[in-house]
Amino acid sequence: MTEPDTDPETRYDIVVVGGGNAALCAAMTAAEAGARVLILEAAPKAYRGGNSRHTRNFRCMHDGPLSVLVDRYDEAEYFDDLMRVTGGKTDEALARMVIRRSQACLPWMEAHGVRFQPSLSGTLSLARTNAFFMGGGKALVNAYYRTAEALGVDVLYEAPVTHLALDGQRITRVDYTHDGRAHSLRPRAVVVASGGFQADLDWLAEAWGPPARNFLIRGTPYNRGTVLRDLLDQGLSQIGDPTQCHAVAIDGRAPKYDGGIVTRLDCVPFSIVVNKDGQRFHDEGEDVWPKRYAIWGRLIAAQPDQVGYVIIDSKAIELFMPSVFPPVEADTLEALARKMDLPAAQLVETVTAFNAACGDTSAFHPTELDGVRTEGLTPPKTNWARPICEPPFYAYSLRTGVTFTYLGLHVDETARCSTASGPVENLWAAGETMAGSILGQGYLAGYGMTIGTVFGRIAGEEAARHAR
Amino acid sequence: MPDNLYPSPIEEARRQAQICNACRYCEGYCAVFPAMHMQRAFSDGDITQLANLCHNCQNCHDACQYTAPHEFALNLPAVLAEVRQDSWEETAVPRALGQAFHRSGTLIAGATVLIMALLFWLARHLPGEGTGFYAILGHGAMLAIFLPATLLPCLAIALGLRRYWRRVEGGPIRLAHLRAAFGSAARMRNLAGGHGEGCTFETGAGFTHHRRYMHQLVLIGFLLCFAATVTGTILHYIFAIPAPYPVFSLPKLFGVTGGILLCLGCLGMLRAKLAGRAELQARAVRGGEFGFIALLFTVSASGLALYAFGGTAALEGLLALHLGAVLSFFLLTPYSKMAHGFYRLAALVRDAQRSA
Ligand SMILES: Cc1cc2nc3c(=O)[nH]c(=O)nc-3n(C[C@H](O)[C@H](O)[C@H](O)COP(=O)(O)OP(=O)(O)OC[C@H]3O[C@@H](n4cnc5c(N)ncnc54)[C@H](O)[C@@H]3O)c2cc1C
Ligand code: SF4
Ligand code: SF4
Repeated sequence: MTEPDTDPETRYDIVVVGGGNAALCAAMTAAEAGARVLILEAAPKAYRGGNSRHTRNFRCMHDGPLSVLVDRYDEAEYFDDLMRVTGGKTDEALARMVIRRSQACLPWMEAHGVRFQPSLSGTLSLARTNAFFMGGGKALVNAYYRTAEALGVDVLYEAPVTHLALDGQRITRVDYTHDGRAHSLRPRAVVVASGGFQADLDWLAEAWGPPARNFLIRGTPYNRGTVLRDLLDQGLSQIGDPTQCHAVAIDGRAPKYDGGIVTRLDCVPFSIVVNKDGQRFHDEGEDVWPKRYAIWGRLIAAQPDQVGYVIIDSKAIELFMPSVFPPVEADTLEALARKMDLPAAQLVETVTAFNAACGDTSAFHPTELDGVRTEGLTPPKTNWARPICEPPFYAYSLRTGVTFTYLGLHVDETARCSTASGPVENLWAAGETMAGSILGQGYLAGYGMTIGTVFGRIAGEEAARHAR
Repeated sequence: MPDNLYPSPIEEARRQAQICNACRYCEGYCAVFPAMHMQRAFSDGDITQLANLCHNCQNCHDACQYTAPHEFALNLPAVLAEVRQDSWEETAVPRALGQAFHRSGTLIAGATVLIMALLFWLARHLPGEGTGFYAILGHGAMLAIFLPATLLPCLAIALGLRRYWRRVEGGPIRLAHLRAAFGSAARMRNLAGGHGEGCTFETGAGFTHHRRYMHQLVLIGFLLCFAATVTGTILHYIFAIPAPYPVFSLPKLFGVTGGILLCLGCLGMLRAKLAGRAELQARAVRGGEFGFIALLFTVSASGLALYAFGGTAALEGLLALHLGAVLSFFLLTPYSKMAHGFYRLAALVRDAQRSA
């Protein structure tokens, strides 16, 4: 380590851009290796932690019982699960590395203040594969900030980075604003962990067209992709398709940003979903979680005004996790249609046709693909098809909720970024902003935090080694 | 006096519970969440029960991604504190006393001074009998004052708990329910914060056991003082050994250690309460809570002073102070923070029924 530097521009060895899980893992690791680290977080303190503050678990390989995780979940099974949801669009070497390293992450996370709890009620299917953070992602983020500060990491909030100056194969300057003024730093190394660009609706609209303006953003409004775009504009190697994003159908009344987990609706399988014209447009009984979960975001995005309406009756109301807002309720379908601003006659016709196509429902089973299906209906409903006939009737509006985008920085197994002419000497990336290097499409619950933790630690280690 | 934060705490708690129920991230912190997550809709009784399971550790608040400035504005510790407080006041017998004393430290102090003065007057004007304490206030007179002063509050608490039990739709109580409830209370399991590292009540950031330990000191100190009284009564009636007792006697050993623990615990709780964030507590009753802690401290400190200076000319004054504090403590038990222990136990019993 060199003598303490008094020049404020070079006071820090490493600047970490972003303040979520990946950024914190990198900062703590680098500080433990002896580096002087500064975190530049765009958000104010109350909203620090990006999308990470909305998470609940991470997916963790384990050869035997580990902390709250029961049984075992080995590399082969983990990798198979991943391949299934991504349809094979996966970088196998990086994916396997992340999986293998996830096992050591759990004790590391505990040592850095994270506490785990058994899987939450209603999430039994994840008890073996995903370790849940006690208190959720914000508790994790809080613990990491406490640990990082104890390690001597400095943190600036409301300090969005505007530009990383690339000179040849080096980042020579970090520009950011703070307190209404522009500032610059000249650290030896930089870690970019500033997430995707989903909060920038203009950028989403470039990729998706104007309908994207009606999307809701499930997480932080601060992930606007400023640094990502800045780096791509300077010729950094990119990965992923800008039109690819993880989007699910959420309660249409959710806030524009930051609605988080509570706005999700799990009732589609027990419902019919109509568009604003009162018409069905897709098989509500298709497939199983988690693929089904993610497909409806895109389906809704393709409907007029990017809105859908999920209709259920009193038989179904207890079958899914309660959501944040109570459903709209009415004793007749006509009244329900009026309350939802749907064409009443058309809704009644759609429901009548659906009910008439339902057959024997005695095999109905809410948690399995039960094969209880419609006959002679287009589109069909291939599971859980029971007539909607027992008042009161309930409805929720649905909108597309974007979780994250896939376009990102291309990194190698050491988390290092590159340009067409080779690696950038002192730039590493971790988390959402490079996750496209591993996943081309699709998503496996809990894998985002695993990528961020594994790559955050690698980036921190590499950056610290470089800064030495 | 500040008002409640929420115009209708039960309505507001229902709104927040619905959000938590869709989230569930805090499930591991305490008994509130598992109880909450068994339901989809919450009656007033359900909300009251949840509120009495909460002990305002604030861990859920600091972990919550939906606290203000987020539009969902979650603040479970505060809204549950207000519901809880209302439930104690509304089920108190008689209700008016509950409403008066819970909210006002000044009233608590006023009542205490008045009672102290009364005892001072009695000590002056009633004939003494025997030696030591009894030379000042005869045993018969003490009994005549303290027997009803113990029994009446007990009766009031019992009636209040009955009202509570109806409100939360409690069922018949079995031994197993009691065992579970007392076990949980004795270990202050919920105060351990789920992960066993305590709470963020004082720091707003890191977890500490301070509040849990201080509360434990108060409880143990209180129980020891109670044991001192019981052993004294037994010595008096069964073995015909009247007070004062020597240093190495059960009443004194219990009393002195209990008094010291209680003093320290009260100071610790006071410090915790001062350090804590008012906006996460039931702010309308802060005055009453400080008044109660001060009263409990006066009880224990004057008791210790009595042990130390009982042989001097200060005896009469100290006795009036101490007995006055004890008397007002007893009488105010159903209408002050002291009541929380009984309601909390009832809530734990009810919770044991739920999870059985
Ligand atoms: C509602 C929801 C629930 C989720 N649940 C889970 C889950 O349970 N498990 C899981 O694995 N994944 C989950 N995810 C995905 C998960 O959030 C991400 O994979 C993960 O948090 C990414 O971490 P990160 O550190 O890369 O990004 P983030 O946590 O989003 O952090 C990015 C940070 O960069 C900052 N930033 C952005 N731009 C700038 C700039 N220009 N200058 C400075 N700072 C900037 C942001 O303020 C933020 O602090 C969920 C996502 C959402 C939206
Ligand atoms: S307090 Fe917040 S984080 Fe905790 S369960 Fe409720 S909504 Fe979720
Ligand atoms: S304040 Fe503590 S006890 Fe109360 S609900 Fe939150 S975590 Fe539970």
